[in-house]
Amino acid sequence: METPSFALPFIIGLLFIISFLIVVTIIWIAGLSKIDKIRIWKNMPTRKTGEALAETFMESLLHRKIFRKNPVLGYMHTSLAFGWFLLIVVGHIETALHYRTLSFPIWKSIFFRYAEQTPPAGFESKFFAASMDFLLLIVLSGVMLAYYKRIHKSLFGMKRTTRLKVGDRISLTALWLIFPLRLAAESVSANLYHNGSFLTQSAGNLLASFVPVQQMEMPLWWAYSCALGVFFLTMPVSRYMHIPVEVLLIFLRKYGIRLKKNVNTYTRVQVFSCSRCGICLDSCQMNHANIRNTQSVYVLKQIRGRRLSDEQLFNCLLCGRCQNDCPVGLDLNNLRITQRIESTMEYNSQYDYLKSDCMPKPVSTEVIYFAGCMTHLTPAIIKSMRALFEMAGVSYWFMDEDKTACCGRPLMQAGQYQAAQKLVDHNREKIQASGAKTLVVSCPICYKVFNEDYSLPGIRVVHHSEYLLELMADKRLPIHKLPLRAVYHDPCELGRGSGIYHQPRLLLDEYANLIPVRNEKEKAWCCGGSLANIKIQMSERDQIRQKAMEEYLSYGPDVLVTACPLCKKTFAKDRNLPVHDLSEVVYMAIRQKSTGNTSEDPGKKEVNYEQIFFPRITS
Amino acid sequence: MKHVVVIGGGVAGIETAAQLSKSGHWVTVVEKSNQLGGKLNDWHCLFPDFSLAKEQLDWLQSQKHQADLQVLLETKVTSVNRTNGRFAIETSGKDKLEADAVVVASGYELFDARRKEEYGYKIYERVITSADLEKRMNNGELLRTPEGAPNRVAFVHCVGSRDEKSGNHYCSKVCCITGVKQAIELKKLSPGTEIFCFYMDLRMYGKHFEELYRTAQEKYDIQFIRGRLSEAAEKIDKSVQIKAEDTLSGRPLKMNVDWLVLLVGMEAGTGTAQAASVCGSRCESSGFIATADEHRSTNLSSQEGIFVAGSCTGPMSVTDTILHARSAACEVNDYFQKLEKSWL
Amino acid sequence: MAVKNFGFAAIKPRTIDFEQFDGRLLSEILELEPSFKVCLSCGGCTATCSAGNLVSFNIRQLNLLLRRGETVGLENEIKKCMLCGKCMLVCPRGINIRNVIMLIKKSVAKSHSLKR
Repeated sequence: METPSFALPFIIGLLFIISFLIVVTIIWIAGLSKIDKIRIWKNMPTRKTGEALAETFMESLLHRKIFRKNPVLGYMHTSLAFGWFLLIVVGHIETALHYRTLSFPIWKSIFFRYAEQTPPAGFESKFFAASMDFLLLIVLSGVMLAYYKRIHKSLFGMKRTTRLKVGDRISLTALWLIFPLRLAAESVSANLYHNGSFLTQSAGNLLASFVPVQQMEMPLWWAYSCALGVFFLTMPVSRYMHIPVEVLLIFLRKYGIRLKKNVNTYTRVQVFSCSRCGICLDSCQMNHANIRNTQSVYVLKQIRGRRLSDEQLFNCLLCGRCQNDCPVGLDLNNLRITQRIESTMEYNSQYDYLKSDCMPKPVSTEVIYFAGCMTHLTPAIIKSMRALFEMAGVSYWFMDEDKTACCGRPLMQAGQYQAAQKLVDHNREKIQASGAKTLVVSCPICYKVFNEDYSLPGIRVVHHSEYLLELMADKRLPIHKLPLRAVYHDPCELGRGSGIYHQPRLLLDEYANLIPVRNEKEKAWCCGGSLANIKIQMSERDQIRQKAMEEYLSYGPDVLVTACPLCKKTFAKDRNLPVHDLSEVVYMAIRQKSTGNTSEDPGKKEVNYEQIFFPRITS
Repeated sequence: MKHVVVIGGGVAGIETAAQLSKSGHWVTVVEKSNQLGGKLNDWHCLFPDFSLAKEQLDWLQSQKHQADLQVLLETKVTSVNRTNGRFAIETSGKDKLEADAVVVASGYELFDARRKEEYGYKIYERVITSADLEKRMNNGELLRTPEGAPNRVAFVHCVGSRDEKSGNHYCSKVCCITGVKQAIELKKLSPGTEIFCFYMDLRMYGKHFEELYRTAQEKYDIQFIRGRLSEAAEKIDKSVQIKAEDTLSGRPLKMNVDWLVLLVGMEAGTGTAQAASVCGSRCESSGFIATADEHRSTNLSSQEGIFVAGSCTGPMSVTDTILHARSAACEVNDYFQKLEKSWL
Repeated sequence: MAVKNFGFAAIKPRTIDFEQFDGRLLSEILELEPSFKVCLSCGGCTATCSAGNLVSFNIRQLNLLLRRGETVGLENEIKKCMLCGKCMLVCPRGINIRNVIMLIKKSVAKSHSLKR
C-alpha cells in the first residue's frame, strides 16, 4: 500500500521533533564543561546507565513519585505516559509480527487499523487487537482525568494548578485530541473492515448506526494525524518538551553532572525538564502570604523564556519544600541560586577590611565554638552553650565572641558567591590556624556553609544539636527529662538543607517529651524568617510564621523547640507559645536536676514551664 | 436606682465607681485579684512630682469608703448578656449581677521583656525592668554590685513599644518620663553613679515633664544618648555590655554598665482582651479597646451601654486615667438621663 | 551622577541643598522597597551591624544620606555589608534593609556600565 496522504502531518511532525531533539541534545552536551563530558564518557559503560534506564522507567513512565503524592494524579500520569508508551511498543510488535519483518514504514504501525484492512484471524492477531484496544482504553481514561483535573483540582490533592501560555494551549489541545481521534478513526475503520476488537469494533458499530462512516473515515484519520503532527511541532515551545528532556536529565544526573555556579547547558536541561505539573505550587509557603508568582514552576518558565525579573527571583525563602516534592527531582534551590549569581555578578564585594589587624587572632584549641551572627541576638543560646561546655569540661575557643566575619552563607543565598568566597577564605584561615579538630556551630545557616563550602580537612563541623547528643552519649552531660510537651521545628538549613533530622529529636526526647507533628522533617514548615528571601516584607513573613505556628499550637505543646537562632527569633514574635533552642532545653533540664527539684519525687508538685526556664533568682 | 458594674478595680475602676456612686447610683466593682489598686500597688512613686504611689492608693481607698462601693475581689466576669436594655452578668463567683450599664476598666499589662531576648532580661542577672525597679524601691532593695553602689546604670527607652518586632507599633507614652523620673531617683540614692538614657525620641508631652527632663540634665547629670540598643551581652563580672549607635554623632557605641533598666511599655494584655470579648466590644489592632470617637466619645465602646475607662483604651498615665475615669462617669450619667427622657 | 569622587569618610560639612536634589536613585529604591520610607533613624541596624563591628560602616547614615540625595562615595561604602541579616532582626520598623543594600549595589553597578 502507498503511504496515505493523511500520514503526512504525522511524518513531518515526527521528523521535525526527532531532528530537533538530536540537535538540542548535541548542543546541550557540547555546552558542558570538559570534565563533565569526560564524566559522561567514563560512566556510560558502567552500571549507571542501567540505573538511569531503570529510573527512566520508574519515573518518566510509571511516575512513582507522583503516585506517592496522590494516587489519582499518579494514575493520570501513568496511564498517559506508560499507556502511550505501550501503545507504541505493542503496536510495533503487532506490525512486525504481522509482516514478519522488522523493516516496515513507521506509519504502518501508527495507523495499523487503516494500513491492514483485513479482519484479525487467528489467536495472535485477535490478541494484539484486543491488547491495543485495552491500552487505548487506559490512555483514554487518563485523558478523561486530565480533562477533569482542569475543572476539579482537589480530587488530585492539588489546590492550585499552573497557568497556561499559548504554546502550551495548542499543545495541550492537540494532546487531548490525539486519543479520542484515534478511537474515532480506528472505530470507523473497524466498522468498515471488521478489524477492530472489543472497544473499537463496538464503538465503530455504534457510530455506524447514526453517522455515515464511509465519508467519515478519511477526515478522522486526517484529524488524528494532524493532532499528532501539531503535538510534535509545538513540543519545543510547550511544556511537553519535558517528556524527552527528562530522560536526558536522568542520564546526565546519574553520570554525576551537577549544576554549576554559572548558568550552563545543564541548567537548560533542568529547566526544560520541568513538566509544570504544579506540585510545587502547593508546597510553597509563599501562598500563605498571598504571593503567587514566584514559585519554582513560574521561575523556571521565566528562565526558559529568558524573562526572569529580580522581584520574582529573589522573592523565595529557599526553604527547599518544593525541591523535596518535585517529582522530576529538579535541583530547584541551586537552579535559583545560579540565576541569582548571574543576576548579581556585576556587583560583588571585596571586604578588604578583613585584612586589617583589628581582627582577633586565632587561639590554639581542640574545639572551636562559632555562635553565628544571629545567635548574638539570642543570648540564651550562647549562655546555655557556655554552661554546657563547662559542665562537660570542654575547653574551647569562642571564635566570634566579639568580632568576626559573617560565615558567607547569606551572601551565597543572595547569589554573591565571589563576595562570599572572601569571607570563607578569611574564616577558614583562622579556623585552620587554631589547630582545632572540631568546629561546633549554633546556627544552621553557618553550619551548612562550613560543611559544604569551606573544605576544612581534618576538622569536623558539627551543629550543636549533634555535639550535645555526643556529649550526652559519652555521659559527659547528665540526662534529666523535663515534664514538658515539646514540638520540634526543623530549621530549613539544618533539616532539608543538611539532612539533620534525627539527632535533634534524639536529644530533645531525652530532655523533654517530644510530640511529633504532621509537617515535620522533610515536610517541615519554614519559619518565614529565611535570609534567602531578599524581597519579602515583614508583614508577609508574619503571615507565613502564623500559619506554621497554628499547626504547632494545635498539638497543645508547652514549648516550641528549634535549633536555629533565626527560627527562634521569628517564632518569638508570636505570644502564644514560648520558643527555646535545644541547647537551652538541655541546659535548663540539667539545671533543674541539680537544684533537686525533680519530678521523680512523687510527693512533689509537677514543675511547670515558668519554674524551669525562669526560676526566681534569689540573691 | 440604677446599677452599674465596673470591671476592674484599678485606678480607673475605683475612680469611675466612686464618681458614679456620688451621682446616686448603686455600683459594684469586680476585681480579679485580691486587692484594689491594680498596678499602682507595685509602684513606688509617680512622675513628675515623685509623690508616693501609696498616697494615691490611700486616696483611692478613701474614695471607695466615702462612696460605699460593693466590691467583689478575686472575681472575674465570665459573660455579659443584654436583655431588655439591661445586662445580665455572670461571674466566676456565686454572684449573678444585673446592671443598667457596664464600665470596662480592665487596665493594661506590662510588656514581657523576655520577648526582647537580645536585651537579656531573665538571662542576665543585672537586667531589670522599670517595674522591677519600682518594686525594689518599695522593698528598699538598691541596685548594688559586689563593690557597692553601681558605677554606671543605663535605661533603655521603648522596650516593647514602637517596635514591630514586639508586635506593638504604638507609643506607650509614659515610659519616657518614667525613665527620667527613675534616673533621678537612682541618682538621688547614689550620686556617684553615672546614668545614661538610650532613647529614640523623648516625648515629654505632659505638664512639668519637659521641666523634669531639663532638671535631670541640669541637676542630676543624667546623660541622654539618641540611639536604640541593639543588644546586650553579659561580662564575666556580671556587668552588661550594651551596643547602640550614637546616632547624633553617627558612630557605633559600646558601653559596660553595672545595671541595665528596661523601660517596658504597656500592652492591652489578657485581662482587657477577655473583658472586651465578654462585652462584645471591638478592639483595635493594638489590642486596646476601640472607642466610638477619638475626641468626643473616648469613653464609649462599640456597644451601647458599655463604657470604657482608663488604660484599657490605650497607654495612659495615672493623671490621665483619673480624668478619663471621671469623664466615663459623666458619660454613664448622660446615658441614664437620655434613657429616662426616651421613657417619658 | 556624581559617583566619581569617592572618599566617603571625608564628607565635608555643607548644606544639604534640596534645590540640587538628585533623587533618581532614591525614587528607584523607594519604588522597589517601600518599607525604606519608614526608617526612624534609631541606629539599631548600625549598632548590631557585623560589618560595622569591624570597619567604619554606618548603614543608617548611608540610608539617611541617600534620602537627602547624597550619593557621593556610596558605592564603596555599600560594598562593606556582609548581608548577615542582623539589622533585619533588630529593626523596629521592619525595614527590609538587605534589599535596600542589594538595590543600591545593583543601581550603582548599572550606572557604571552605562557610563562605560
